[in-house]
Amino acid sequence: MATKHTLTFVLMDAPFESARTTIAFRLLHAALDRGYDVNVFAYEGAVALSFAKQAQHPNAVHGRDVAQEDHPLSKNWIAALMAHARTRGADLKWVNCGLCVDERGVGEAIEGARRGSPADCWKMAQQSTATLVIPTK
Amino acid sequence: MRGYLLIESRDPFESTGAARTCELAIQLRAAGHDVALFLVQNGVLAVRSGARRTELDKVLGTKIEVLADDFSLRERGIAPASLSGGVKAAPIDSVVERMAAGWNAIWH
Repeated sequence: MATKHTLTFVLMDAPFESARTTIAFRLLHAALDRGYDVNVFAYEGAVALSFAKQAQHPNAVHGRDVAQEDHPLSKNWIAALMAHARTRGADLKWVNCGLCVDERGVGEAIEGARRGSPADCWKMAQQSTATLVIPTK
Repeated sequence: MRGYLLIESRDPFESTGAARTCELAIQLRAAGHDVALFLVQNGVLAVRSGARRTELDKVLGTKIEVLADDFSLRERGIAPASLSGGVKAAPIDSVVERMAAGWNAIWH
């Protein structure tokens, strides 16, 4: 039986801004695909990745309505990753820095994402095989 | 001896930070560590065989493994056949594999 690893990823980028977010989600997916448990600690702008009130919008420039535009939302990607974790027998823990959440007024997170503190980040790193910090540019 | 995976996402023609990452890789290797460099996003722009870049050539002259994210290559229209010698196209799983093996992963 393969060794069960836990990997921690620390995210900083706000949604809809950087390709690093896409790369980060690819890393999470790859780890979950292997059945590894994954911790995510989101801080600064990244706490908005799981904001439940994100909403799709139309694209008037290209003449597309909301359905046609089908704008991707990071909260849906996270929900999909959580669903993928369940199919792989893995655990995806998603913790948002509470201070950063309050600063930005994004307290309403999707189900499965919880509020925490930098102490959670430290504990996650302590309990993981490895930790990768993905900072802003 | 520890393993270090350095991840570089910056365009080396735009940022001197990419060169610093190469220097760090070389220094870690000289200290006896296992080192791999994983290029992603615009970091892969340096791996085209015709690209002029000094720092990456120094890395390629060592035993440091240089990997280029296959997704980032496809996004930028860079075919695996056009990569510099010594550079390998690799999936994002390469990062996860090394993390699971206990390597230190560093992304600037």
